[in-house]
Amino acid sequence: MTFSLFFQSIVNGLNLGATYALIALGYTMVYGIIRMINFAHGDFIMIGAYTLFYTVPLMVNNGMPAWLAVFAAIVVCAIVGVLVEIFAYRPVRKAGPMSALITALAMSIFLQNLAMVLFGARPHNVAAIFSLPSVTVAGVTISLNVVLTIAIGLAIMLGLQLFVKKTKLGKAMRAVPQDRDASTLMGINVNKIITVTFAIGSALAAVAALMYCTTYPRVTNNMGTTMGMKAFIAAVLGGIGVIPGAMLGGVLIGLIEVFVRLFAPGWYEAVTYGTLIVILLVKPSGILGRNTGEKV
Amino acid sequence: MTKQRKLSYLLNLIGVAVVFAVMTLLFAFQGFGDSTTYVEGVCTTACYTIIMVASLNLVVGFMGEFSLGHAGFVSVGAYASAIVSGALAGKGLSDLALLIVAVLAGGLVAGIAGMLVGIPALRLRGDYLAIVTMAFAEIIRVVFCNLEITGGGRTMSGIPKLATFHSSFWIMAVCVTIMFLFVRSRFGRTVQAIREDYIAAEASGINVTFYKVMTFAISSFFAGVGGALYAHYMTAMIPTNFNFNYSAELLSEVIIGGTGSLTGSVIGAAFLSALPEFMRQFSTYRMLGYSVVLVLVMLFRPGGIFGRWEFSLTRLVKKIAGRGKAKAAAAGALPQAAEKKGE
Repeated sequence: MTFSLFFQSIVNGLNLGATYALIALGYTMVYGIIRMINFAHGDFIMIGAYTLFYTVPLMVNNGMPAWLAVFAAIVVCAIVGVLVEIFAYRPVRKAGPMSALITALAMSIFLQNLAMVLFGARPHNVAAIFSLPSVTVAGVTISLNVVLTIAIGLAIMLGLQLFVKKTKLGKAMRAVPQDRDASTLMGINVNKIITVTFAIGSALAAVAALMYCTTYPRVTNNMGTTMGMKAFIAAVLGGIGVIPGAMLGGVLIGLIEVFVRLFAPGWYEAVTYGTLIVILLVKPSGILGRNTGEKV
Repeated sequence: MTKQRKLSYLLNLIGVAVVFAVMTLLFAFQGFGDSTTYVEGVCTTACYTIIMVASLNLVVGFMGEFSLGHAGFVSVGAYASAIVSGALAGKGLSDLALLIVAVLAGGLVAGIAGMLVGIPALRLRGDYLAIVTMAFAEIIRVVFCNLEITGGGRTMSGIPKLATFHSSFWIMAVCVTIMFLFVRSRFGRTVQAIREDYIAAEASGINVTFYKVMTFAISSFFAGVGGALYAHYMTAMIPTNFNFNYSAELLSEVIIGGTGSLTGSVIGAAFLSALPEFMRQFSTYRMLGYSVVLVLVMLFRPGGIFGRWEFSLTRLVKKIAGRGKAKAAAAGALPQAAEKKGE
């Protein structure tokens, strides 16, 4: 393997990894707070991507920069996330993990098929959002678009980490998973915190949609399934419920995928899923996760 | 075997035979007019869907664990049986014998695959198990996409059309009966004890891992049988047919029908696989409808429509007889679920 190919792959892997990391953050935050795999999370990306598809031309026609469309996507995704939480997840929250899982699965199917009914099953192409040139560094050509998306991803992760660590709301978001009853007694409105978590997680999915569409500008109604599954694997790999774990897992999965694709194009998905299985069997709590014992 | 139980078996056999006879007569005398062939096809589809859904219910309903990768085992059975029947075709076997060999081969290979997947995966529980089964199903799909013998990602066609309504119906009846007896056996009761409280079960000396892996393998076996019928009815297939959506569809049918009720699976699968066929113009809305129904079921009837209730022909006959004559021939209270199909 030449150096330029290696370097190119690292950049591509980071790009893909940053996208997965942002999605994985949504999974991890929701799982951390209500112990539920939000299957519909992958479909929030699809909603974000469709919003971009419709708003980017709108922005361009009105003489505004195309990337402003991402704010529309963030708002739409956050609203959808909150609506799903309030109308589907909240009523079954007390019914146990199985009901929650099925409801999440049902919401995923619902959103996908709603998108198919509304927008059709044909893939749509999103117009270019960033139009930066490519630069050549030491004989390696890198698209600045890719560098920019990586930078956006890193900035958002940093911002999220600061938010969770430093603000009062962030503190409450960390307190609820630790002990829900105690945090209620401390005056935290648990329902509100859960809603906020969903809003933030879905907003991150919208940013992930922007990053994904910059590199692969194709929108389909079932794009969320594979993206979501891989991001979920990333979250589990890093340790579900742990925010830095999701970032680490995302980047790892992105790199693994890009490098495996170089050597065995047909098999890269199998390797990704295989990684998950190995991790779960060796260290079920993930790389950065802590092991919690089980009580009778 | 007590006399009561013998009577009950006989009664249920008659019940299945009556349903079969009615259906056959309807098809033979063009009971549905011009669309009789079509209806027969839909009923065949319902037969193998019932096997798949009921087998998934063994894991979801009776073992209490989630599997999101059932389509993976269905595809293993479908491809294995297609390869076997392709190799044996033209060797002088009759169609029915060939179908039975292919179905058994598909079931066995899927069962072995289930055991291999189950040994590592069933160390996990709940959410994690659901995800791992999904991952295994995806890996199975990728493998079939890359192997030359399964068509290498392209459509595998030219599978002999061996499965008719008649053979599918009887295979379905046999499978559901075996599953029903399995659930009622000592083995099945052990599995249900694990579902109720696995720590207590383990403390009572039950080898939890062994029972879980065996149940998973048996469930995969029947998934493979369903897949084999699918392959020999459809005659062409592509690995992407057996994707996550197919698993999700099977799971929704189990849950809507009733987790822990084979009656629910049989009726649910028959109804839900036939319904969209008769409403072709609404086919885009099918999964949309499923998802809404799923959420509603979770909200109002978390155990599914039938919960854990089982239909019993013997009980029904007894009731009717008890109402008519005070002392009718009393049969044992062994419920049966197999004959509900076709209503």
